[in-house]
Amino acid sequence: MLKEYQTVTEITGPLMLVTDVSGVKYEELVEIQMQTGEKRRGKVLEVGTDNALVQLFEGSDGINMKNTKVRFLGKPQELGVSPDMIGRVFDGMGNPIDNGPQIIADERRDINGLPINPFARLYPSEFIQTGVSAIDGLNTLVRGQKLPIFSGSGLPHNQLAAQIARQAQVLGTDEKFAVIFAAMGITFEEAEFFINDFRESGAIDRAVLFINLANDPTIERVSTPRMALTAAEYLAFDEGMHVLVILTDMTNYADALREVSSARKEVPGRRGYPGYLYTDLSQIYERAGRVKGKAGSITQIPILTMPEDDITHPIPDLTGYITEGQIILSREIYNRNINPPINVLPSLSRLKDKGIGEGKTRKDHANTMNQIYAGVARGRDAKELSTILGESALSDDDLAFARYSDAFDERYVNQGFYTDRTIIETLDLGWDLLKILPREELKRISDALLDEFLGKVD
Amino acid sequence: MKKGVITKVSGPLIEAVNMENANIHDVVEVAEYKLIGEIIEMRRDKASIQVYEETTGVGPGEQVVTTGMPLSVELGPGMLGQIYDGIQRPLNELYDLSGEFIDRGITAPPLDRNKVWRFEPSAQVGDEVKPGDILGTVKETEVITLKIMVPPGVEGKIERIEAGDYKVEDSVATISGQDVTMIQRWPVRRGRPYQNKIDPVRPLMTGQRVIDTFFPVAKGGTAAIPGPFGSGKTVIQHQLAKWADADIIVYIGCGERGNEMTDVLNEFPEIIDPNTGKSLMEKVVLIANTSNMPVAAREASIYTGVTIGEFYRDMGYSVALMADSTSRWAEALREMSGRLEEMPGDEGYPAYLGSRVADFYERAGVVNCLGSDNRTGSLTIIGAVSPPGGDLSEPVTQSTLRIVKVFWGLDYALSHSRHFPAINWLSSYSLYQDKVDRYIDENISDSFSDLRKQAMSLLQEEQSLQEIVRLVGQDTLSDEDQLKLLTAKSLREDFLQQNAFDDIDTYCSLEKQKRMLELILTFHDHALEGIVKGLYIREIDRMKVRERITRMRFIPEDEFEKFEDIRVEMEAEFRTLIADREAQDA
Ligand SMILES: Nc1ncnc2c1ncn2[C@@H]1O[C@H](COP(=O)(O)OP(=O)(O)OP(=O)(O)O)[C@@H](O)[C@H]1O
Ligand SMILES: [Mg+2]
Repeated sequence: MLKEYQTVTEITGPLMLVTDVSGVKYEELVEIQMQTGEKRRGKVLEVGTDNALVQLFEGSDGINMKNTKVRFLGKPQELGVSPDMIGRVFDGMGNPIDNGPQIIADERRDINGLPINPFARLYPSEFIQTGVSAIDGLNTLVRGQKLPIFSGSGLPHNQLAAQIARQAQVLGTDEKFAVIFAAMGITFEEAEFFINDFRESGAIDRAVLFINLANDPTIERVSTPRMALTAAEYLAFDEGMHVLVILTDMTNYADALREVSSARKEVPGRRGYPGYLYTDLSQIYERAGRVKGKAGSITQIPILTMPEDDITHPIPDLTGYITEGQIILSREIYNRNINPPINVLPSLSRLKDKGIGEGKTRKDHANTMNQIYAGVARGRDAKELSTILGESALSDDDLAFARYSDAFDERYVNQGFYTDRTIIETLDLGWDLLKILPREELKRISDALLDEFLGKVD
Repeated sequence: MKKGVITKVSGPLIEAVNMENANIHDVVEVAEYKLIGEIIEMRRDKASIQVYEETTGVGPGEQVVTTGMPLSVELGPGMLGQIYDGIQRPLNELYDLSGEFIDRGITAPPLDRNKVWRFEPSAQVGDEVKPGDILGTVKETEVITLKIMVPPGVEGKIERIEAGDYKVEDSVATISGQDVTMIQRWPVRRGRPYQNKIDPVRPLMTGQRVIDTFFPVAKGGTAAIPGPFGSGKTVIQHQLAKWADADIIVYIGCGERGNEMTDVLNEFPEIIDPNTGKSLMEKVVLIANTSNMPVAAREASIYTGVTIGEFYRDMGYSVALMADSTSRWAEALREMSGRLEEMPGDEGYPAYLGSRVADFYERAGVVNCLGSDNRTGSLTIIGAVSPPGGDLSEPVTQSTLRIVKVFWGLDYALSHSRHFPAINWLSSYSLYQDKVDRYIDENISDSFSDLRKQAMSLLQEEQSLQEIVRLVGQDTLSDEDQLKLLTAKSLREDFLQQNAFDDIDTYCSLEKQKRMLELILTFHDHALEGIVKGLYIREIDRMKVRERITRMRFIPEDEFEKFEDIRVEMEAEFRTLIADREAQDA
């Protein structure tokens, strides 16, 4: 029998102090029965000889100190894992909310997981075709990578994420594939958008959804991505599946963490976020990867909205310090009705080089990637100059680059959310655009490739 | 011995009472899981302990047992080519024990107990020896001979010493009744002893142009690389590990990405070290405490690495240590400090941040080693710094810059425009410049420092000229000034930029650096002369030889005659242009 305590002596924000306890362990799961009979859960944040500080997932609203009963459950927060999770929808704490049956777990796992031994990792190198040119062509995603989308409020990051979930595939394989979707503090409509999109495309049959909505308990959000990644590790490393994990919105996650931290009166770091935000985020993001001797993989696409579109804000900043590149959406591009509004210049996939080229995509990929990129950079500069000094100030070459950069936005980036392009289509489109530029300006492409793809010149 | 009892658990920090027999900094075993921890504070019989593994499931009432020893590393043959975690557990062994995830409470000895090494004595029975004297050698790898030194605290007459095949724990010699094995243990938080420090004057050649030419670091010196995310800190650290002419490399991945360590594990064995002709891995020790591994061990990883570095320094080797990223170490300090409820300083960092940073970098240096042969060894420390938002005014960057002698400032604007390495040539500095200049001018080429100064002044002038261009356009500049812009651009694009991922460009010897600089500046001189003789800047810009200059970075190390070819072609092209101009004018 588990002991029951009625010794709650302090409640501040989402925290509760229980005194006169014994045998309590750090990170232990706690069950609280309120005077109304309602049950809530929490976990032990700190434990002393006779008291325990408990973080309440559902918050402390309405808790009566005198009549509340507390039981310590003798285990950390866990998720029951099973292949039957696929196709199901859970709340942010891992309870089914789709009216389906309870999951009969093969095993229950601590949601914090264990660190992957760096010696056990395999370097990500398999090309994932997302069907989005600005990603596949210029910021290539590979299996086992963590590549976040940095967005802003009101930008269509959800549409892009759903598009990737729908279209992502590894060429020439029919390996088992799953999508895990974790929503933290997004609105009902946003969640519905994803669920409907997954239903329509049939992706739901290979998806697991964990949903914590904006009006769900804030503190629950701290657990949601860990639930999702525990499921992902099970499917990837026990069931051999290739798992794509979408986490949205990491900004809400970090805000929940800040709430707990400030209730604990911890010394705040930048903008009030706790000093351990980096470590905490990396314990989520580093759960992506491939490991030796296991067939599956975990690829992560975390989404975050940058407060005030500020990339130096701690959430995008610390994320960028952990992930392997970033895809950046731009309000300015979005306002020009270009979708998905990916700004390719500051975007970068740091693992792209190992995923492209002969045998993976095509031999011209690396060369054209650099040339297209350099061309856009020069085109943008030229356009900027022409807004200051007028078009007449531009040389013929610069004019060509300016035209090229417009065409790039219009044709390459602006494919919409429902066009699925093969990598060959993307690469060919790249060549089409490069034809706008004088051939002698294509300095980053070898002569042999120019001859082959543009035809020989005499 | 009396056992301690846990009274509090707060993440990686626990408190235990009944600890009066333990010493501050002792390593302890915590709870049933036997988690490894270290005492960081003592108050009467209460110890505050930082635990190097996750403390989930640990609670008050459980036991703490001290080992009576401070946190130490094992030093001896078998470290090279190894990858350790922050407290020197061999990660390959942990993989064998617990698979892809690191379980709690598992451990393995840092040095293989069963491996047999060939010991060749160089001292003899009857010799009087003292700490640091060399007893003999073990060929640790193809390129490194490990010296078995008399450990600190041991001295007297050698009573027995014999060549033979030994395991690390076997006694290879007896000195005044004391057995000496191939292992030395040393507490990581204390620097290893030496006779005295010497001023660092020799450059560490890194094969990276912007570093060797403009901002060199001396062997035994200190350098920092601050920069925002994605600006190229890790790539530079990898480049230094790959190409620097140090005898030994210690690479510490401190709170960074797991995949980056995998990258190192895949790549380094394949790289042929230009200094030895053998695989790079033969001289590398890796320490990996990635960001998802326990935060307290991250704090220790820096000390584990630097102690291993000092051990090879003590044998008379030049050692280069890279720590990526020291900010993560400082954050670990901050986290423990917060849990200890210490008075927070700037941005929550403890007040002692500055002194900890200084203590760490002070372990670098050129030293006269212990031992009667008066050998010298050096330890160079190069730390990456990850300032939040790229803001260099933050505490970790500031305390680092107060102590290091070289600052390689990475710049968001440069990395954004894909100028790599994104080291800003106007804000970076090296306080070793004068000493290194003297060394290079005397030993390699007497014109080198002049070339460098000329190039730097062009780069500096470029900035003010560009200001003018932005305001009133290029055409208002004199031809000489426009030429300066042209040459500065060439310096930036053809010299400062260096592609780490190109097979040839990735490494550039000092000789090649000099030839490249010479060509760019010779072009500049000829062009100046040409302008006087009436050439237009546009013509100069379009000269054919410029294409060859932009491609000179791809000239292999054994085809330097091509530089001469380019020079000849350049002079011919200038002559023709000038002749044409004179013919037209006539
Ligand atoms: N010398 C170089 N040559 C070519 N590309 C480079 C070079 N340096 C950096 N890059 C590019 O920049 C990317 C980021 O570099 P790196 O990983 O070193 O950044 P970082 O400063 O360590 O970032 P973080 O703080 O997030 O770890 C690389 O993946 C690579 O694409
Ligand atoms: Mg890095």
